[in-house]
Amino acid sequence: MTAIEFTVVVWALSALAGFLGALTGLGGGVVVVPALTLALGVDMKYAIGASLVSVIATSSGAAAAYVREGFSNIRIGMFLEIATTIGAVLGAFLASRFSTHALAIVFGLILFQAAYLSFKGVPENAERVASDALATRLRLGGSYPVAGSPQTYGVRNVPAGFAMMFGAGALSGLLGIGSGAVKVIAMDRVMRIPFKVSTTTSNFMIGVTAAASAGLYLKHGYIDPRVAMPVMLGVLAGALVGAKLLVHMRVKTLRMVFGAVILTLAIEMIVNGITGKV
Amino acid sequence: MDDRRLETIIGRLLQAGVLLAAAVVTIGAVAYLAQHHADRVDYRNFVPGGPGICTFPAIVRSAAHFESLGIIQFGLLLLIATPVARVALAIAGFALERDRLYTVVSVVVLLILLASLLHAT
Repeated sequence: MTAIEFTVVVWALSALAGFLGALTGLGGGVVVVPALTLALGVDMKYAIGASLVSVIATSSGAAAAYVREGFSNIRIGMFLEIATTIGAVLGAFLASRFSTHALAIVFGLILFQAAYLSFKGVPENAERVASDALATRLRLGGSYPVAGSPQTYGVRNVPAGFAMMFGAGALSGLLGIGSGAVKVIAMDRVMRIPFKVSTTTSNFMIGVTAAASAGLYLKHGYIDPRVAMPVMLGVLAGALVGAKLLVHMRVKTLRMVFGAVILTLAIEMIVNGITGKV
Repeated sequence: MDDRRLETIIGRLLQAGVLLAAAVVTIGAVAYLAQHHADRVDYRNFVPGGPGICTFPAIVRSAAHFESLGIIQFGLLLLIATPVARVALAIAGFALERDRLYTVVSVVVLLILLASLLHAT
């Protein structure tokens, strides 16, 4: 393959991944990495390096839009980022110790979870609760607009949520993904934060988490400019278009198709990891 | 200044940072493809260190010489800097609100980010 062919094909694949990732809320990383490794034979380490960069682009690029809606909670985000950034540094360190085959297998397992969420949708917790003692001390509660008027919400189970965020950070650093789904589950299910607040705060956190692994990725040479360039530009373009269309589209059918695609990728990643082809 | 206003300002700055980074990467991409479009490329096997533009000084030096790959890496560095800037701005915001707890929390996050970035490169 020539450089121009590679660049064009990777850009197009990445734009599609970013588009689908924005529509389904699962992010572009989970598709871009298997697409690069399975379809184009790119080594996992270049793929996760390029994916990590694209994760930062979509997170920072979408920040202004999310803030406008008035849902994200900067205190919750900043407090939990202590856990995600430390986890991310550990994950990025582990990535350099793992063989490519092992990385492929772990990635496949995460894809299974993403496929499951895509079929089922991230379960939403509608019941609001009052803050417990620790969350009150940390002033994590807040308010968000419901049908135009502000509704207050409380936060619970801070230690459990914090621990899960450490895990989300480690996965992000290990696999070059945003691990937004794990972050949303930690906030919505465990800490009882409203779903809309959880998803928008998660988007804010993803970029900071990814930046914590970026240094190690650079040092180890995972971020190759010739691979990262089309991935970053493609995912960003796809995600911006996807976010614009999101409000006008029925995503249920799309989520089913996306889930089936991810499930196929999950099986292929694991099989190729075990047989040593990736 | 309240949280909402602070977040709006931060959000705008992040978006501007991403657009700037994307513009720099695009310039590098055009230069790279103009020179190397017909080169055979193969990324099947990971080569530790790659093209060797992996540290801050090396990236800045390469970009300053208008080398295409150095310009792309420099754009990616700008991108990596956007969340770091976001945390730094949050520190300033919380300090203005005289919110001591969250000023400290934000400083801790910034220190973790800087330690990992500087240690690694």
